[in-house]
Amino acid sequence: MLDDTQKGRLLTEDDIAALEIGAGILGTGGGGNPYIGKLRAREMLRAGYEMRLLSLDDLDDEAQVVALGGIGAPLISFERIKEGREGLRCLRALEHRLGFTADAIGCEEIGGQNAMEPLIVGAMAGLPVVDGDGMGRAFPEMQMTTYAIYGHRSTPSVMCDPHGNVVTFDHAITEKWHETMARACVIAQGGASVLASAPMSGAFMKRYAIPHTYTQAIGLGQAVIDARKNHDDPVATICEREGGQHVFSGKITDLQRHFKGGFNVGIAQIEGLDDCRGSQGEIVIQNEFLIFRRDGEMQVCVPDLVVVLELDTGLPITTELLRYGQRIAVLALPCHPLLRSDEALNVVGPAAFGHPDITYAPMAEKGKA
Amino acid sequence: MVIRLGIDVGGTNTDAVILDGRRVLAGVKRMTTEDVMTGISEALEAVIAEAGIARDAIDVTMIGTTHFTNAVVERRALDPVAAIRLGLPATACLPPMVDWPADLIAEVGGHRYLLHGGYEFDGREIAPLDEDGLLKVADDINSKGIRAAAISSVFSPINRAMEERARDILQERCPGLAVVMSSEIGRIGLLERESAAIMNASLLTLSNQTVSAFGRALSEAGLTCPFYVTQNDGTLMAADMVRRFPVLTFASGPTNSMRGAAFLTGLKDAIVIDIGGTTTDVGALQHGFPRQASSVVDVGGVRTNFRMPDVFSIGLGGGTRVDGTADALAVGPRSVGYRLTQEALVFGGKTLTCTDIAVAAGMTDIGDASLVADLDPALVTAARARIAEMLETAVERTRISPEPMPVIAVGGGSILAPDSIGGLAVLRPENFAVANAVGAAIAQISGEVDRIFSLESRTRDECLAEAEAEARAAAIAAGAREETLEVIEREDVPLAYLPGNATRIHVKVVGEMGALDA
Repeated sequence: MLDDTQKGRLLTEDDIAALEIGAGILGTGGGGNPYIGKLRAREMLRAGYEMRLLSLDDLDDEAQVVALGGIGAPLISFERIKEGREGLRCLRALEHRLGFTADAIGCEEIGGQNAMEPLIVGAMAGLPVVDGDGMGRAFPEMQMTTYAIYGHRSTPSVMCDPHGNVVTFDHAITEKWHETMARACVIAQGGASVLASAPMSGAFMKRYAIPHTYTQAIGLGQAVIDARKNHDDPVATICEREGGQHVFSGKITDLQRHFKGGFNVGIAQIEGLDDCRGSQGEIVIQNEFLIFRRDGEMQVCVPDLVVVLELDTGLPITTELLRYGQRIAVLALPCHPLLRSDEALNVVGPAAFGHPDITYAPMAEKGKA
Repeated sequence: MVIRLGIDVGGTNTDAVILDGRRVLAGVKRMTTEDVMTGISEALEAVIAEAGIARDAIDVTMIGTTHFTNAVVERRALDPVAAIRLGLPATACLPPMVDWPADLIAEVGGHRYLLHGGYEFDGREIAPLDEDGLLKVADDINSKGIRAAAISSVFSPINRAMEERARDILQERCPGLAVVMSSEIGRIGLLERESAAIMNASLLTLSNQTVSAFGRALSEAGLTCPFYVTQNDGTLMAADMVRRFPVLTFASGPTNSMRGAAFLTGLKDAIVIDIGGTTTDVGALQHGFPRQASSVVDVGGVRTNFRMPDVFSIGLGGGTRVDGTADALAVGPRSVGYRLTQEALVFGGKTLTCTDIAVAAGMTDIGDASLVADLDPALVTAARARIAEMLETAVERTRISPEPMPVIAVGGGSILAPDSIGGLAVLRPENFAVANAVGAAIAQISGEVDRIFSLESRTRDECLAEAEAEARAAAIAAGAREETLEVIEREDVPLAYLPGNATRIHVKVVGEMGALDA
């Protein structure tokens, strides 16, 4: 084992409380219920486990990093809460299968409960978690990470459910095939499992992970907590920190949500309020909020972030908590540049979600025009 | 014209009003008593006498109460509960009550049982129900003398069969055990639904006593009209429902005071501050209705997902203690509460309270003003400034637009409010002190549909429209005015485990009672 385990920053309960909000915002509605994730992490800290965050700068090039996260539909993990050690079983089975020992845990997606899953496994295994992730947000499918986009082959991988079932995916010919097979398996396992991918080197992580996203999410969450405490506008605070825009305010007038092919899919209709009165908003959902339209016209789409907040409190609302009559603010936040390359857009652009008619125009560049 | 009697049973005061159409005939305020009933009886007799009407002229009685909320908030009169979850091996990492405050867990006994059982999203069993384990739980319940249980099974909102089976087994082994099933109370979201079921189970003895006391007080006063209790969303429920589901009244207090404030002022958009003996509740009226909290609301430190108004409380009321000197002043959060009329200076007591400050400053005339005549004027000024500052902070927090809007002050403690808060004018309507009881008297009528529809030969929109039409018809039949109906819940949950594209549809509509617009 490398001495990386002794470096880094120990997380506190306050950090976890801030991460719940920050990961909820960056999760764009998905990634699993952040409150459940917070409670799981908090219970670990209270039981005496340590959660250590390791900066990419402190990561050894030779380190073997196992990235992991939940897979399934967010509504399910909100009701059928995890057994708790699924991720640790994945890690141990993967180490056993490949005959290696992991040096650190990596994060697949910083959104929602999936920000907490690596911390929980790291705490149980006594390993640090690398401060970065593969999305800088949440996406519904496994091939949609910068790791996979920039060349990491994620098999062999291991998937575990609460029952104790352990499934190893020995080889997938493409990352999309890995997703397709894992999705079929997660439905059989009840719709909310954990998957750990083949290890990455520290050198690869430094190059292709979206950097410092734990620090970013904790800072963002803390900023919202502080804004609420000081009676500042949390929505404005978020926009300012993340370079985002408040694109719509309204009330949910219809919600179609169902479980399809291992995902929560649906559409939310929003009637405009305040300065949006008279307008109709619409959000397309596949675990995450993918596309926002105003009066039929596309305003924000993947890979940029469509964020839904409670209009008054600025706290994030995930897809499983959307409800008829809720008053919400819709924000657009720019995604990381690693998601805007041509090769990335092939995997995470609107066409990859079945919307070939939509042309992605990065909001980060609109501002400069 | 319909004559309505509205009663509000609060922690400190029991208020009663009689309305003839829109007209308030009489309003009185009496102390709440330990047995609840005496306080109601006293308020009833006084309000009937003041209104000068015959008892049989009263057509209907509506009662609002914060009794059950207060029991949870103050951690008293709660029964020990066996909290039983069916879901292992899933859910093991977060046991029941995992996010409850320690003192509340202690109050309900901390009896948690996790058993194999529960459903997957598609209706498969996570594990067969652990009936042997349940029998052991039953023995434990018997040996500990626990009288109430809450059962929560994973995915019970889509299939409640396992909760029902578990209830039957327990009740056979534990005669007289009261059992609450989570599927009767909440929606998908295991922890919130389970917590609501546990709190509900812990309140059953109190709810039985309280509802019986309501009934006795009314019948002893010679009132034979039907009575209803107001629930969280401002609508009415029958007394029998309150016996079984006291948690459904949790937010009715703030809802009633805000609706009462809107009714008394005729305002549609305003901030409402309800200043009681111990706390001040602050909320907002939007288009005549209390602004709703978006997703989750804490009750006594427990997260719930009921539909509730977005209200928060600060520790400021008529009985709030004022300590220190003009230079080093502390206002609250401790309060003398219902002992105000013994302990406050103006009533001959020894404790300086906010009420004494208001009297000394000439803002009101209660008790004996000479008893506060020699208070240090600098202290009075400093305390008034501190009270105004606390209210201003609370109002600012509730305000969501920079547009000026009025502040309506209601409740017995609203004498503390200055004439202007943060530049906003403060209105004190006539009968401001009994706004809660007025809110109860004008509670809304609801119509509800919650059943399974088959989407085999029809579209989702057709089924939703049919459910809404049924709910509207039910509300109108119950006395709601058609032109005031509004949909407040509209949810469809596809049930993947049933054939025929089955969907559970829940629609609730509410409207104003008829005969309120004389």
